Formats: sequence, structure tokens, C-alpha cells
Amino acid sequence: MMSLDLSCPLPISDYPQVVLAHGGGGSLTAQLIDKMFGPAFSNPLLDARHDGAVFESHGGRLAFTTDSHVVTPLFFPGGDIGSLSVNGTVNDLAMCGARPLHLSAGFILEEGFPMEALWRIVQSMRRAAEVAQVQIVTGDTKVVDRGKGDGVFITTSGVGVIEHGLTIAPSEVRPGDVVILSGDIGRHGVAILTARESLAFETTVESDCASLAAPTLGLLEAGVEVHCLRDLTRGGLATAAVEIAETSGLRIDLEETAIPVLDGVRGACEILGLDPLYMANEGRLVAFVRAEDAARAIEVLRSHPVGRQSSVIGSVAEGDRGLVTLRTGLGTSRIVTMLSGEQLPRIC
Amino acid sequence: MRFVDEYRDAESVHRCARAIARATTRPWTLMEICGGQTHAIVRFGIDELLPEGLRLVHGPGCPVCVTPVELIDKAVEIARRPGVILCSFGDMLRVPGTRGDLFTAKAEGGDVRVVYSPLDALRIAQETPDREVVFFAIGFETTAPANAMAVHQAHRLGVGNFSVLVSHVLVPPAMEAILGEPDNRVQGFLAAGHVCAVMGREEYEPIAQRWGVPIVITGFEPLDILRGVLRCVEMLEAGQPGVDNQYARSVRDEGNVHAQRLMRQVFRIIPRKWRGIGLIPRSGYGLRPRYAGLDAEARFGVAGMTAEESTECISGQILRGVKRPHECPAFGTRCHPEHPLGAPMVSTEGACAAYYRHRRFARSEA
Repeated sequence: MMSLDLSCPLPISDYPQVVLAHGGGGSLTAQLIDKMFGPAFSNPLLDARHDGAVFESHGGRLAFTTDSHVVTPLFFPGGDIGSLSVNGTVNDLAMCGARPLHLSAGFILEEGFPMEALWRIVQSMRRAAEVAQVQIVTGDTKVVDRGKGDGVFITTSGVGVIEHGLTIAPSEVRPGDVVILSGDIGRHGVAILTARESLAFETTVESDCASLAAPTLGLLEAGVEVHCLRDLTRGGLATAAVEIAETSGLRIDLEETAIPVLDGVRGACEILGLDPLYMANEGRLVAFVRAEDAARAIEVLRSHPVGRQSSVIGSVAEGDRGLVTLRTGLGTSRIVTMLSGEQLPRIC
Repeated sequence: MRFVDEYRDAESVHRCARAIARATTRPWTLMEICGGQTHAIVRFGIDELLPEGLRLVHGPGCPVCVTPVELIDKAVEIARRPGVILCSFGDMLRVPGTRGDLFTAKAEGGDVRVVYSPLDALRIAQETPDREVVFFAIGFETTAPANAMAVHQAHRLGVGNFSVLVSHVLVPPAMEAILGEPDNRVQGFLAAGHVCAVMGREEYEPIAQRWGVPIVITGFEPLDILRGVLRCVEMLEAGQPGVDNQYARSVRDEGNVHAQRLMRQVFRIIPRKWRGIGLIPRSGYGLRPRYAGLDAEARFGVAGMTAEESTECISGQILRGVKRPHECPAFGTRCHPEHPLGAPMVSTEGACAAYYRHRRFARSEA
């Protein structure tokens, strides 16, 4: 009878209840996936731990992904929950190397939510879908009692088709690969933070919220041998790099001076004691390609407005499994780790 | 970015590092007081630029780290009371007490909110008159003026549903406590620039004279820190204790007299317990009797709560600079940021967390 008890122990004993950091995209989120969702649902597609699942179907390959969106405030400089919900799923498909085709949209609405605001969100989704060249083909609506939601929650799922023979995944990263970043980091996190906390800075930082489908399809159409793609979301560049280093079992060395950060983002981070490396993004990606493909990849990425600032920010090496190092502007180096939850502003 | 880039310029930094190497003829141990400086040292790898034998140890200047465990327990207890909104600075939420942290209190239904200023907490109190709003007023002389202002305003405006859980600590008594320990290794200090911007340099003069140590008021950028180190080494090598100000762009000799006046009006100096160090006489602030009505400990009846610290955590030795984080047997094994045994592993300013985040590869060294 003991075996019955031991077969299903509560896998996470550190916290008897869910805390916010479990959704922060850091190591507590990873723990939830590693210990609870992963083992419970384990299968080869899920275990690949990519932004979406890629599978064979009727002679072709498809990518499938889902993403839930909860954001406060619903409207922020550079976007809103509508554009976020479309671009989030589009980007997850794009990171599988897929051409995004169809999206579903599930709305959880709170009783009393203004119809006018909902209309603005829906229009924003329509525009984002047009830009990304996807169609929202199915959906669902639920309304919860006042006080039991936060205005609007949106879950989108998406299907895309893979039109090439490459496998694009962290496991494909090779020693000698270079890391290309598609633009400056940290804008979305700062835009949300300043809007949420009504912090007034000299310049308004706009979210980078955008579809990354066009630049990634551009890379593939140009024949660049892409090994891995990852859009930078919660947890920022640091978290993405650590996840890929850990999954690939390789070391990633980044150059701090090569990573562009907008002055407004740097300023806000300096004041609040936050690190741009961990700030959220919604329209930036890292691409791992062979060194000999780097110049061509950058040329392709820079031909798209969202990739204009693309540059090589680091490289991949063997050894020190899962380690990410950062060479500072002073020539010293430090290691980059995952945060346990969201970044918390420092006291003084 | 002005006021930042020029203090991170690689050439200036390396020039200063070379000057330090030239000035150093024997081993010295310096302590940077402030957690913000510890964070910068580790983030920019500044210790890698120092000559062998010149050692930086990390002082007790992280407000999160030195807040005693029983005060965390009091905050958690208050946060669990119905009708309470507990407002705190962000990195206080993850600090473990003996009965969980504020994040857990929040998950259990407590209304715990992160604020960026105590005046935000006061505003929440004014906007929600049917709730009790408590601000967790921690920190050094740096956060004390704004906290004093919130108390003063609440008192003046008669905001009856606002109170403060005060845990203010002061830097100079901690420096003397460190110097007075029989196992003290610290030979010179980099004083915390922000604290001195408020308090000025005067109170450091007697410490420098009494203990014969150099104290250099230092900023937070790489070049600031290296200039502070250089000056400290020069004074040590020359056998000239005293106080010097390397952060003159922010620190005036007299400090901020308006802030000091407000602090004196609201707070009185009391003994305070420091996490990992213990009770230090005259080392903190408490509310003056005039503002006793705003004292959350009395209002919620938690003044008598006490708690013992984890015996496994050697934070006292870390905070006094006797040991470095990776010399702790629990470092990175039983104690890591998701599961901190003590506060220095929680805050990004905490020495242990800074080492863990940026220095894991150095764990086997030294």
C-alpha cells in the first residue's frame, strides 16, 4: 500500500500554496513545470521544452502553441492586452520556425467591464493579426462575477505550418554558434512598470510588442541554417539564455557592450535597481546560427523594421554545462543566472 | 547616459585599478558598508581588478539583510489580519521569517502591496479609509527621511487608518560594533554614499579617530568604488586615519539638514536588534512619543513577539566581514535564493545572493 502513497506525492513541498513568483517566468515557474506539469503530462513533444510543439501531420509538419495573457494595466504605451495576446502566440509559433496560420482566442471577461474598452482590445487584436498574417478562426467567451477577474484575461492558441526541413530547438545549438539579438532589450517591462506604477520619467518608453513572424520566415527563406530561436518574454534575455544553455548542455558567453539598451530603459532600471537583462520583452528574439551564417542572418533580420538593430551578442562554447557568462564593459566577467521570481525593486 | 557612463568608462576604470596596484605594498582588508556597493562590485566584477592581497569584505548595509527575523514575523502577522493592507518595499517580500514570508501571507489572502515610496502607502490609506494601512518602514538613514515625512504627514492630516512598522537602523553604530569584535579583520571602510548624502561626514570623524581607521565616503559606480578603494589604500599605506569624501558630487559635509531635522522630529534613537549581529545600543530609530499613535506594533499588539534566528545561517559572520558567502557550508546547497536560510541570500543587495547570482563559478575558490 505504501507504493500507492509514494507514486503520487505532492511534488512541490516548498510552497503549500501558489505564490506569484510561480508565474514569474523564473526558476519557480521552471520548478512548477519540472516537478508538476512535466512529469504529469510527459511525452516527447512536451519534453522538448520548446515554445511550441512541432509534430508530423498528413505528410507535413505543424507547430502548435498556447499562451495566456494577464496584464495590468490592460493598455500601456506601445500596446495593449489585445496586441500582446496575438503577438505572443504568433511569436511562439515563429520560434518553432513555423509560418503562423490560425489562432483561437478565449476571453474571460469580468462582469462590469466597459464594452468600449473591450472593443478597443478586439480592434487591436484584429490589427495585430493582419500584420502577422494570421486569422483568428475560433474562440470562446466566459464572464465571471465582478471581483473575480482583472477586467479581461485572454488565452490564444495557434497553429502554424513548417515549410523547411530544419529542426529548430535548443538541442540543435552547437559549439561555435553565434547568438544574434534582434534589437534593444527591456522595453516592454519598463513600459508596463511605469504605466502600472504611474512612474513619470522624462521619456515614455514604449513596449516593443510586435510580431516576429516576418523576420524569422525571412531567415528561413534566405536559407540560413537556424539552430534555435527564442523570443524574449518574461525573465528577459538572461532567462532565455540560461534556459537554452541548460537544455543544450553548452556554455553561452555574452558581451554586455553588444547588447543594445535604450537610454530610457537604462535610466528607469538604474533608478529602480533593476537589471535590463531580466526585463520583459514582447518583440525581441535571439537566434543561434553557425558563425559563417551570422553576416547573412543579420542582413536579413535588419531588413525588417523589428530587427533593425540586430547584432551578434555572444557565442556558444563547449563545457561548463548550462553556464551563461557575461563579459562586462570593464572586461571583467560574471555569470548570469535565472531569477527565482520577478525582479523586485531594490530599497535604496 | 550622463552621471553613469563616465563612471563606467573602461579606460578610466583600468587607470584607477593600476593606481591602486601601484599604491598597495601589503595586504589590506576593506569593507564596503552598503549593499548597493556590494551589488555593483559583484555585478561589474570590480574585485577582479584589485591586486592580490587587497580584499573587499561586504558590510551590513543591506536593509533587508539586517532586519531581524522577529520583525518579519510581526509584518507577516499583521498582513494576515483581516482588513489590513500591508505596504512594503519590494525585496522585503521574499525574506523568510519563522512563520513564512510576506509572499506567502499574500498567497494566503493577505493584502500585501509593493510600494516605491512610503507616501504611496499614505495615499492608499487616504483612498481606503475603511482599511488599516501599515507601512513596513525599514532601511538605513537613506530611507528614513521619506518615512519620517510619511509619519509627519499622516499625523498632520489625521489619517487615522495609517501606521508604520518601524525597523530603522543606523550605520555608524554598526561600524563600531564591527570594529569592536575580537575577530575583526576590517582595516578601512568605504562609507555608503547615499547615507552620507543625508547625514554628512561629521559622525564618522570620531570613529576614524577612536579606532584609527580610514573611512572614505564612496559612490556606487565602478569608478566611484575604485576611487574609494584607492583613497582608502593610500591612507592605510601612509598610516593616516581619517575621513575623506570621494563622492563629493552627491555628499556635502553637513549632509541634508532639512532631512535631518525632519528625522529628529519624528524619530528618536533607540537600541535595535540586527539580524545576524544582535542587539546594538543606540543603533536605530523608533517613533517619538508624539507619534506613538502611528506605531503599528502597538496598534496590532505584536510588540511582544520574539523569534530565534536559524542556527545554520552564518549571516552574522558574513555581515561583519569575518567570512565570505562561499565559505558558508550551506551556500548554494541548503541555502539558495529560492530557499534562503537567511536574509543575505534574499535581497539582490545581500552578499550571499550577489555571490550566488554572479559568482557561482567561484564557489570552489579561496
